[in-house]
Amino acid sequence: MKNAWIICRRELNSYFASPIAWLLVTMYSLIFGFFFWNYLAHFAMAALEMQMLGQAGPVNVNEEIIRPLIANASFLGIFFIPLISMRLFAEEKRNGTIELLATSPVRDGAIIVGKWAAATILYCWLLLYGFLSFTFLFVYGHPDWKPMAVGFLGLFLQGAALLAIGTFISTLTRNQIVAAAGTFAACLLLWVFSWVSSYNSATWAAVLSYLSIITHFESFGRGVLSSKDAVYYVSVIFVGLFFTARSMESLRWRS
Amino acid sequence: MITVTDLTKRYARTTAVDHISFEVAKGQIVGFLGPNGAGKTTTMRMLTCFFPPSAGTATVAGFDIFTQPLEVRKHIGYLPESPPLYLEMETVEYLRFVGRLKGLAGAELEKRVTFVCDRCAIGDVKKKLMGKLSKGYRQRVGLAQAIIHNPDVLILDEPTSGLDPRQINETRDLIRSLAGDHTIILSTHILPEVEQTCEQVIIINKGKLAATDSVHNLQARARGAETMLLEVAARVGELDTPLVLERLEKLPGVSRVLEKERRGDTSAVFEIESDKGRLVRGDLARAVVNAGWDLNEMRPAAMSLEEIFLQLTGSNAEAASPATPESAA
Repeated sequence: MKNAWIICRRELNSYFASPIAWLLVTMYSLIFGFFFWNYLAHFAMAALEMQMLGQAGPVNVNEEIIRPLIANASFLGIFFIPLISMRLFAEEKRNGTIELLATSPVRDGAIIVGKWAAATILYCWLLLYGFLSFTFLFVYGHPDWKPMAVGFLGLFLQGAALLAIGTFISTLTRNQIVAAAGTFAACLLLWVFSWVSSYNSATWAAVLSYLSIITHFESFGRGVLSSKDAVYYVSVIFVGLFFTARSMESLRWRS
Repeated sequence: MITVTDLTKRYARTTAVDHISFEVAKGQIVGFLGPNGAGKTTTMRMLTCFFPPSAGTATVAGFDIFTQPLEVRKHIGYLPESPPLYLEMETVEYLRFVGRLKGLAGAELEKRVTFVCDRCAIGDVKKKLMGKLSKGYRQRVGLAQAIIHNPDVLILDEPTSGLDPRQINETRDLIRSLAGDHTIILSTHILPEVEQTCEQVIIINKGKLAATDSVHNLQARARGAETMLLEVAARVGELDTPLVLERLEKLPGVSRVLEKERRGDTSAVFEIESDKGRLVRGDLARAVVNAGWDLNEMRPAAMSLEEIFLQLTGSNAEAASPATPESAA
């Protein structure tokens, strides 16, 4: 545990010492900010129209702004996660620093968990920057914060799960671009797997749909805390990190 | 301190290390010598528990590399061929990180960091990003990280490769000064390095152990016959080389005479091999002078480790028989 924390701290330092973290946070805030502004403008327009028509329809900030934004953030993650996880092992393999880690009195598990945790913390940091926009809603209105918190938790779990897969893919290559491309493909596939359930009700379609991350994000996105979906994400994390450990072991046997 | 027994590493098609056995006593500096691709790095990686052997075993500081890898790693400092530096980190930050990984903390960690910076002369780049360091500094930072936890055993993979001559000397001095406190294995394909820094040599070739002995013994062992170099000059006119060869060959104890090098018309260098233990220098000198030639130079052609190495690792069959180096260049 102590060793995992040592690794994690170095990893975070490295993210913030290089331009990666700053670049990602800038890009994320920019894109998320645009989404926010877009929904807000749309919301304001709709509210105005309703007033002019004399209708006092239900205009809900949570429903009209926060919920679609969280759904968008979940999709946005797919583009950012490969960029965060690509360097975790690929860079170490290329620079030869993996030899330092692998010959230090530290278990492989600690190295893997440390690296994955650092990536997850960086991802949370991005999410927080995105969520900063929501503070405006609190200044001018009274949205419900609970669905927002649940949405954040969902985004966090989804990110952590995909980052575990990204960590695994990063051990397979010494080329960061290959790692990023592979992770992106994996994330996208896990995203679109849910499509099959819309026209096919066979068992395999159900399984495929279950594997899809989006199936499990729905309830979180609605602000409903669902332990069943949380279990799914936690299992993906375990499977991802388990494969990473196996991959590192095979690295030792093969290299 | 290190005991290696029948260590073997097989890859899919090749056997990189083939049943190597040797022992290293505490406090020794051992040179691990072999041409590129001989299996030096593979052996070192097995000793540092980077990967496990396919067969055989080894113990480092009393711990088995297969069953107790974490204990072994605690007692080993390892400098891989290219120093494992995080280029975006500051030197001191990096040393602290490695120290923590090796189990140091708090005041002890700071003490060791200051100590190794001092020892490896990297105090002036403490606050620099390692990406900006020169090759020599990087190598020294690599050495500093290897000794940060004061390990019993130091394993250095080609510690002087890619350095300029002055840096090479500095690094060698540093390594020599580390012996005693640490048991050191260093790999290299540069022979003078072994002659200068090591007490013991392990020569491997194509994954097999070719020789293991002290530098001194190895030189003596390979020098079966005595070889002299002689420069003979004519006092007037041209030097009659066939005549010189004939005269010298007739001398008792001389087994072979070769013309090594012609130096203009008047002089030439000859290589004379004599039977082991037989001193022929006086006879040679007399023979030359009596024949009316000048003796410009006479010196023993000492066999360098280089020749021993070529003999032991060369593919020619005569390598096994004691010493007839064809090229004493």
